[in-house]
Amino acid sequence: MDSTILLFLLQDGITNGALYGLLGITTVLVFAVTRIIFVPQGEFVTYGALTLALLDTGRVPGTVWLLIGFGVVAFFVELWMSRHDLDARRIIRETLTKIILPCLIALAVIWLAPMKLPPWANLLITLAIITPMGPYLYTIAFRPVAEASVLTLFIVAIGVHLSMQGLGLVFFGAEGLRATPLSTLSLPVGPLVVTGQTLSIYILTLVTMAALTYFFNKPLFGKALRATAINRLGARLVGIRTSLSGAIAFVLAAIIGALTGALSAPMTTIYYDTGFLIGLKGFIAAIIGSLASYPLTVIAALAVGVAEALASFYASQFKEVIVFTLIIPVLVWLSLSSHHVEEEEE
Amino acid sequence: MSNISTTSHPINATPAKSRRPLFFATLAIIIFLIPLIPGIPVYWITLLDNIGLAALVAIGLILLTGVGGMTSFGQATFCGFAAYTTAVLCAYHGMSPWLSLFIAVAVTMLAAIVLGIITVPLSGHFLPLGTLAWGIAIFYLFGKLDFLGRNDGITPVPPLSIGSYQFFDSRSIFYVIWVFVIIAVFMTSNLLDSRTGRAIRALRGASSAAESFGVDTTRTKLIVFVYAALLAAISGWLYAHMQRAVNPTPFGVGASIEYLFMAVAGGAGHPAAAIFGAAFVTLLKEILTRLLPFLFGGQAHFEEVVFGIVLVLILQKSRMGLWPLVERLLPQPADPVIDRSAPALSQRPQPEAGRKILDLKMVRKQFQGLVAVNDVSFSIKAGEIAGLIGPNGAGKSTTFNLVTGTLPLTSGEIRYLDERIDGLSPRQIAARGIARTFQHVKVLTDMSVLDNVALGAHLRGSAGVASASLRLDRKEEAQMLAEAARQIERVGLGEHMHKQAGSLALGQLRILEIARALCLDPSLLLLDEPAAGLRHFEKQQLSALLRQLRSEGMTVLLVEHDMGFVMDLTDHIVVLDFGTKIAEGTPAEVSKHPAVIQAYLGADA
Repeated sequence: MDSTILLFLLQDGITNGALYGLLGITTVLVFAVTRIIFVPQGEFVTYGALTLALLDTGRVPGTVWLLIGFGVVAFFVELWMSRHDLDARRIIRETLTKIILPCLIALAVIWLAPMKLPPWANLLITLAIITPMGPYLYTIAFRPVAEASVLTLFIVAIGVHLSMQGLGLVFFGAEGLRATPLSTLSLPVGPLVVTGQTLSIYILTLVTMAALTYFFNKPLFGKALRATAINRLGARLVGIRTSLSGAIAFVLAAIIGALTGALSAPMTTIYYDTGFLIGLKGFIAAIIGSLASYPLTVIAALAVGVAEALASFYASQFKEVIVFTLIIPVLVWLSLSSHHVEEEEE
Repeated sequence: MSNISTTSHPINATPAKSRRPLFFATLAIIIFLIPLIPGIPVYWITLLDNIGLAALVAIGLILLTGVGGMTSFGQATFCGFAAYTTAVLCAYHGMSPWLSLFIAVAVTMLAAIVLGIITVPLSGHFLPLGTLAWGIAIFYLFGKLDFLGRNDGITPVPPLSIGSYQFFDSRSIFYVIWVFVIIAVFMTSNLLDSRTGRAIRALRGASSAAESFGVDTTRTKLIVFVYAALLAAISGWLYAHMQRAVNPTPFGVGASIEYLFMAVAGGAGHPAAAIFGAAFVTLLKEILTRLLPFLFGGQAHFEEVVFGIVLVLILQKSRMGLWPLVERLLPQPADPVIDRSAPALSQRPQPEAGRKILDLKMVRKQFQGLVAVNDVSFSIKAGEIAGLIGPNGAGKSTTFNLVTGTLPLTSGEIRYLDERIDGLSPRQIAARGIARTFQHVKVLTDMSVLDNVALGAHLRGSAGVASASLRLDRKEEAQMLAEAARQIERVGLGEHMHKQAGSLALGQLRILEIARALCLDPSLLLLDEPAAGLRHFEKQQLSALLRQLRSEGMTVLLVEHDMGFVMDLTDHIVVLDFGTKIAEGTPAEVSKHPAVIQAYLGADA
């Protein structure tokens, strides 16, 4: 192998790694705030990618119907959960945020989609469709069990993943789609070519990582989110609205997921289950970052991406085997190094 | 992770209730009669075959997850190990399937030991994530290896046969499958109702207490892990010979998730719940794949969607699973019979009175900058009741944790009967005859008082998994239960013996912990605030009990805030304040000591 091939492999690995990093960061974020190991993260990627690809062709993506469905269910779950202190204001607020809002978005999309807008406009529309799904999902699936153990939440997350992946198949079909690139920029760097697409992925990953790291350490609001994760009851006692924290985490998860999908859609063909596979690799990175550190997660994600790229060259047969085995020594190291604290059931 | 509060596990165990032999015998007979119903469609029998295969895996998973608290996404992988082993041996090398059963099980158990050694020590949610990782990796491996036929797998695998009779159709293999299922339920119920079973149940929620009574929790976890893999292996072996083909698909993470779903749907800690969970999920899947296309037109893929929703709903609405709903209809299990005539367990000789039993020299414990125990030295003589007192945060409980090995020392040394014990594990220290209670009660609330206390006698028995599941341990088990009952009556909880520990008041739970500690047959008994939460009369009873123990040669060291109780009872008192020993002596000396008065009442008092 010559150095050019190595460079190509590295570039490929770093680009994929940056995508995994974005998802890894989101996994860490959601876990930090809600203690949910957010398996369905990958579905936001799929939804984002396929929505963008459909908008590119001027069609109305099925996700708008999904959005309305999510909103309506979330509306009823919300009313049911707050049935003991319902008042007119609350009902109006919930109607606005969970019924009117998705319907407006749907109408706008139906109106705009056939115009075949430029890629950046379609990207914005995609985000508008996918983002509200995050908090709706939180209300429907997770808020009723917000106090449960990490493991219960994990299994709930897997149930949500199954459902959302199934819905993806229903709404997008089994065929894969590809979107047009956001920018046609391409810069030659030595033997390599850096496209505007990959550049935007790098920038987005770095900015997200830096922003979240700052956000969780500095402003009061970030600290409030962290407090929620550490001790929900305690956080509530000092006046933090814990369900709001969860909803915000899910907004961020949905945005980042949809962006990741939208950015990867022009580079590779996305199927209804592609997001899950991308998500799993982000997941590995998040675990290596011990579900706590954003920079460590990004570094791990880059390592996963590079390892995957090298493996696909040297032992393409065993690419997945290698990538998923990578995690095991890390887990062993984590469990040996972390002071053993018992999760007592009390 | 230390800060994450964990309120409950996905599957809440109720105590193993294996004492309903009549019910289970009836169930077995009914199952075996089903294929004889005239005109029953083969389709139904095939469904029952599939339920049986899944139930085998789910029984192991209920033991692992529902009872032992370890969530695994790797059970289908173990089915795969066995299925591929038997497929290679029988299809390529012409081995008899009955012979290959043993090899397939051995290969799977070996794989489980290796994977278990890596995974089982993982804490909290890292454990299921670990199983998920190797589950995916091994699934891909199955599909890539040439000698396993890559993604096409291996076909044809010969069917099971006896002589010239071949178990070809669903009806004939039905009996093979369900004989295995019934045996698995029987053996697993026995296992739960034994010395090892109590250790397994203690893994969830009381593992540090279990360690303090000599349970090797890591080893116990590994045992459960391998046991669950063994059941999965049998299922995989049956599957290969029933399908007469193997390929990677049924051994992926998707299948593992389905098994976990069965365990969640079944729920409770009883192996029979696994059959229920397996039936629920298998039938649900069948109904969905047949019914939904009918409702939504031909090409719908709603199964996964509905599947996920049902899983979420079960966890939202009934975290105990669905089995408790079924169990309500069943007869109540009988209380265990306590055989009073069982010969007593052997007792250790007590050290001669007055000999130095516990000796602390310059013991220090530092948590980063905080010095919790500051070069404390004191010693205790055999046959006395000693008190360790001091204001809140004085380092009393930390000292207890250092003596029992729960925390490592920063420096200094601790001797027990002239032997250095600092650096030993809680298990090793327990084996030397030091028993303790906990400041924050560590009791399994969903287990009976009797079983909780019997856990204390763990080190006085030796029965393992094999003898327990075959019920060869009954003599020793009777001795252990008799001992537990004796200690329960001795501390005055006799009337509560068969209640769930969770129904007791906090003060009673502290007394329960004393009974559990006494079951260890200790020479040195460490009691952390035993009188907290007790009423006056109960405190008097406790005093009387401790005096009686002293007269029998036992040494007691207690931490207590009730000064009247301590002054009245103890022979010797050590006073700590901010981690430092400020006074030591008889109760009379200590109560006049100026440093003590200052520590308790402030400078001006």
